[in-house]
Amino acid sequence: MTPDLDCLDLTRRFGDHTAVDHVNFSVAPGTFFSILGPSGCGKTTIMRMIAGFLEPSSGDIRIRGASVLDTPPNKRPVNMVFQHLALFPMMSIAENIGYGLRRRGMAKAEIARKVDEALERIGLPGIGNRKVTELSGGQKQRVAIARCMVLEPDVLLLDEPLGALDLKLREHMKVELKALQAAFDTTFVYITHDQSEALVMSDQIAVMNNGRFEQVGTGQDLYYRPETPFVAGFIGEANRWRGRVERTEGDELRLRTESGLEMRGAAHGRALQAGDRVEVFVRPESIRIAGDAAALAGFDNVLEGAVSNILFNGAASRALVTDDAGEEIEVTLPQSGEFSDLKRGDRVHVGWSGAQGNAFAVTA
Amino acid sequence: MSSANRIGFVLLLTPLVLWLGLLIIIPHIDMFLVSIRERVGRGVYETSAAQYLTFINEPLYIWTFVRTAVMSVLATALTLLIAFPVSYYIAKMARGRLQQVLFMLCLIPFYVSELVRTFGWMILLRETGLVSNLLQWAGLADQPVEMLYNDAAIMIGLVYTSMLFMVVPLVTTLESLDDSVVEAGYDLGGNGLSVLREIVIPHAMPGIVAGCIVVFMLSLGNYLTPTMLGGKDSLWFTEMIYNQFIVRFNWELGAAFGFMLLLLSSLIVWGVLKLTGRTLQETLG
Ligand SMILES: Nc1ncnc2c1ncn2[C@@H]1O[C@H](COP(=O)(O)OP(=O)(O)O)[C@@H](O)[C@H]1O
Ligand SMILES: [Mg+2]
Repeated sequence: MTPDLDCLDLTRRFGDHTAVDHVNFSVAPGTFFSILGPSGCGKTTIMRMIAGFLEPSSGDIRIRGASVLDTPPNKRPVNMVFQHLALFPMMSIAENIGYGLRRRGMAKAEIARKVDEALERIGLPGIGNRKVTELSGGQKQRVAIARCMVLEPDVLLLDEPLGALDLKLREHMKVELKALQAAFDTTFVYITHDQSEALVMSDQIAVMNNGRFEQVGTGQDLYYRPETPFVAGFIGEANRWRGRVERTEGDELRLRTESGLEMRGAAHGRALQAGDRVEVFVRPESIRIAGDAAALAGFDNVLEGAVSNILFNGAASRALVTDDAGEEIEVTLPQSGEFSDLKRGDRVHVGWSGAQGNAFAVTA
Repeated sequence: MSSANRIGFVLLLTPLVLWLGLLIIIPHIDMFLVSIRERVGRGVYETSAAQYLTFINEPLYIWTFVRTAVMSVLATALTLLIAFPVSYYIAKMARGRLQQVLFMLCLIPFYVSELVRTFGWMILLRETGLVSNLLQWAGLADQPVEMLYNDAAIMIGLVYTSMLFMVVPLVTTLESLDDSVVEAGYDLGGNGLSVLREIVIPHAMPGIVAGCIVVFMLSLGNYLTPTMLGGKDSLWFTEMIYNQFIVRFNWELGAAFGFMLLLLSSLIVWGVLKLTGRTLQETLG
């Protein structure tokens, strides 16, 4: 099956700054594809090149197999939901949604029917005559999507569309967007700097940093099998240590951190040798905490230390444990209640399996 | 309201009331009273509509009146046509320094007085002027060309004088138009023309209406430009008012003319606001 969208060696420079650097990806039909990266990494630049508002410095963009580089934005079979939605304030909701259809020269009655249908689809029937300013943030969001979807684009581009919403609504809209994508059965390319948005909604996520794609994969891939230190640090939380490889045993590593803590880690297929400088990432949620060492017998990394702080955050509560060498370790507290009375200064044991210690060579 | 507040309020309001009262309302009332009286003997006046009847019964007066109105409307339309692309460029396409420089360029002509500015045009357009010489040098004319003292010269002068008053409100409203709204217009299939018609112009409407009203009033009440560029017989209504007051010493007729002009400008402004479905508050606020 031809992918809906193909970007080949896409590059964009602004002066001597390369905002997008040889990016390659393809999006299969019906996929919810996210580009996730910190602010300023070049996400919007990619989006604007796909929509046609920016010319790539080099590379190609193909939609359903055909290059669109010579197609102006108003003729491309993609539509865009802008960062601040960009609804037309001078038009009613119905006129906003019907705008693209009017431009295509569709008959009035047909437009009215399609607009009603779209309003029904987004769960806002009968608001066609209202003004844009009369809608709430979430409603505007849905209207902005409907305005694009009536045109039945091959690909819908969304540039941080939830950025302007408050937290509660954002949580709600995540679920809703995913449902809308399924309902319209269209390929979505979604930009965000918020990993939870990307993880919850996407079929495929590309993690972007400094104009390059670090890794493309499912949420699980990125979370459990990060391929670069940036991805390991960016997706989810992680304890992060720098150190040196002491010994390798196949995929297993023995490491010593800069502060002298000894631990086991795993190379997960990456070529690492004794003496290499490495960075190790261990997720707080893969570390077990226990009152006595016996409960942690199955783990090959076991430490003893004192609780230096409790970060209470409901289900995501953590404890900071300082081991006797002075290294601080962040540990997720289990929700079974056995640690609900843990306090600062308590002696505890923590343990994790060596395979959870994801080690990457430090290049610099 | 506490008494301290009240004193502050009165103090703040006083200059405004004085200004409105002394400079606008009282003179106008007085002018109206002057316009409805007729001199029947030495120092003896009677209330009558004679002045207004004179105005209506003299074709030259009516003709000048209509001509002034039509030319002013035309000048306003021309100014809008020229200022819109200029403003769009300044507000939406020029960036940073260029934007400031362009805006300054629009402003600089207003650093010199209107008189000097109009003389500038005379130097360019007169028989021995720059344009005439240039045409002869290029072989496009075989004798000096007089380009002053006609309606085209008046029009050039009026448009030139009014430009800034159109550019400023237009730039202000166009700047507030979000770039992404324009992009969305293209993204959803619009072309340049439809984006202009459906998105840019509706958004700029308050600026267009405000600019047009100001330019129209300025043109209608302009005295210097029509007189200098159009010559003695340019048939501009303000000239006629001036003549009645200063040359003929016929204050009664001059006052009546003045009132007709006030009526005309109010009527046209009201008509434009009605036509565009706006209120004065919206346009000014
Ligand atoms: N028109 C432009 N001119 C110059 N630099 C730009 C332009 N647009 C974006 N950039 C630069 O490109 C980089 C990426 O920007 P952008 O794609 O907007 O990032 P993101 O959307 O990921 O936050 C930034 O460093 C930004 O300063
Ligand atoms: Mg962005």
